[in-house]
Amino acid sequence: MPTLSEADSKTRLAAYGIPFPDERRVTTATEAAAAAATLGYPVVLKLGGDTIAHKTERGLVRLRLGDAAAVEEAATSLLAAATPADGAVHLLVAPMLSGQRELIAGLHHDTQFGMTVMLGVGGILAEAVADVAFRLVPVSRGDAASMIDDLATQKLFGPFRGEPAVDREALVDVIVGLSAAAVADPAIVAADVNPLIVVDGQPVAVDALVEVA
Amino acid sequence: MNAEGFRALFEPRAVLVAGVSTHPGKFGFVSLHNILASGYAGGVYGTSREVGEVLGIPIVASLDDLPDGVIDLVFVCTPAAANAELLRACAGKGIRAAFLASAGYGEAGEEGEALQAELVALAEDLGMLVAGPNGQGVVSTPAQLCAQIVAPYPPAGGIAIASQSGNFISSFMNYAVQTGVGVSRAVSAGNAAQVSIPDYLEFFASDPVTTVILAYVEGVPDGRAFYERTRAVAAVKPVVLVKGGATAGGQRAAASHTGSLASDDRVFDGMCRQAGITRAATIEEAFEVAATFATQPLPRGNRVVVLTTAGGWGVVAADAITRSSLILTPLPEDLRAALDGRLPPRWSRNNPVDLAGAETRDTIPEVIDLIVGHPEVDAVVYLGLGIQSNQAALMRSGPFYPDHGLERIVSYHERQDARFAQAAADASQRYAKPVLTATELAVTHPDNAGPAAVRASGRICYPTANRAVTALDHLWRHVRHRQHGTGA
Repeated sequence: MPTLSEADSKTRLAAYGIPFPDERRVTTATEAAAAAATLGYPVVLKLGGDTIAHKTERGLVRLRLGDAAAVEEAATSLLAAATPADGAVHLLVAPMLSGQRELIAGLHHDTQFGMTVMLGVGGILAEAVADVAFRLVPVSRGDAASMIDDLATQKLFGPFRGEPAVDREALVDVIVGLSAAAVADPAIVAADVNPLIVVDGQPVAVDALVEVA
Repeated sequence: MNAEGFRALFEPRAVLVAGVSTHPGKFGFVSLHNILASGYAGGVYGTSREVGEVLGIPIVASLDDLPDGVIDLVFVCTPAAANAELLRACAGKGIRAAFLASAGYGEAGEEGEALQAELVALAEDLGMLVAGPNGQGVVSTPAQLCAQIVAPYPPAGGIAIASQSGNFISSFMNYAVQTGVGVSRAVSAGNAAQVSIPDYLEFFASDPVTTVILAYVEGVPDGRAFYERTRAVAAVKPVVLVKGGATAGGQRAAASHTGSLASDDRVFDGMCRQAGITRAATIEEAFEVAATFATQPLPRGNRVVVLTTAGGWGVVAADAITRSSLILTPLPEDLRAALDGRLPPRWSRNNPVDLAGAETRDTIPEVIDLIVGHPEVDAVVYLGLGIQSNQAALMRSGPFYPDHGLERIVSYHERQDARFAQAAADASQRYAKPVLTATELAVTHPDNAGPAAVRASGRICYPTANRAVTALDHLWRHVRHRQHGTGA
């Protein structure tokens, strides 16, 4: 099953209210610097393409770029890192968001119960901690709210290390939005919204991957 | 739903045992024995290759020798190969439901699977409800029907049970016997060839004598249909479910993080929450939760007060509440003042309300009434019942009884504990709030006057505070699910 590029994954999900950062898709270093100037520094630069799924492992993500020179240099180096196997590539320029809490959300097709939606505690320990809740698609807002309640790490959702409490309604929007995407777009067989960073209490989907049939 | 078939299964006017045996160890004897021994009032008939009389019932060789239009249910103990012909003859006699104890179907390889498919087709063709095969039987207390190849016959009550394992039907009914919290219907689904667990649950939802539904499942063949149907049932009556094989089927290798986190059990658990199913972790928890639904009012909130006659019990109960979705509510000021007026100063003056041995003759009933009746209290867990009767039992069996005033004090303690248990039940009814009584004496000394009086009040005496809190926690989650309309 093909995995869409990050940019295409986000486009596919954005129609359902998943909150993505304002980001730009460009093809040259000059365009990247111009986009960064519009978005404001610092920015993140990623190399994207239809066959590029594991950007971090390949070093295709550059964080905290503070000025135009840094953006142009990173862009040139990322474009040079593309291999022929990557096919057509592009650059994604995004604002550098920071938040101390990372969540994960997604869609998964269960062999027994069909399409499910998930919410969990994210970050590098996500799979080890496995503090997650599932529901069957479609979900109501009440279902989505109860998923938040089901997570063991409730302290993450209150005020946390100087950051405000998580906007639960906004998080419910993400879960209900993923569910709606699965219903309206049956070609979607799986999705990861990971990480879902909490920025000033608001969940923002910094990365997304969609698998289609 | 084949309503007529379910009526024939659970409320038959007369029952036929097919394949009666003279050997008291065989299904064909045991089932007949159990039907007769449990006081079933309808007609009982038997067929067998050997004609004669078994347990006073005339046994005939052919259905031709039985009356038409009288029998509703056939309990089948004959070999699988003989059953198609038997069921056709039964349909000819007007029989609308069959319970097949016979093995040799879907559980027995390819040949058995083919037989099972033929059985389902035949059942549909005849318009007959066919339960099983390879099941242990059916119990229906309103009809005083115990058509099963195992014991016990439970007391009558509001719990309806359906199980993919016949042995757990026995386990649940043994708990019913022990606790006195009774059963309306119980059915072992066996291979569930024609009638599956959701079919039984839907019947139970429509069944006026059933107040709560208890189910044991292992596999769920069509997960989506199970979810949709059980959710509809759970909107009508509480459904308590325990799943075997919960830890089987761990995470699969998956391309996505979401997929790698999606174990079978996590998805099943989410499905239960969404459907409003009360999922219990163990068999005893499942029964106790069902018994609690059957015998206690639903809580209107989650503010709990623990009442204990002595320290440690209350502390541990408070710990359990803290780990649950319930709240160990701070004692309201006016309630504290009211209790001050009735207790000497050494009581805890907080929640848990620890009487610290400060009670006199009428203290406990008064305190229970005050706490349960307070508008800022939603439920009460009462600990320490039976402690004096336990001492009384030692006095009664010791060498000094009945002299030295022992007879009088023993009788006083036993009367008091019975009175306290009744006070808890009365306050629960008066204020329509759950009041759960817990003491290990319920299992260590079930004849103790305290637990015995709890049973006599129609309620379950929990063996530990933790188990009472677990049951109450499930009730509260159920209420909250209904309030929030999750799953809608």
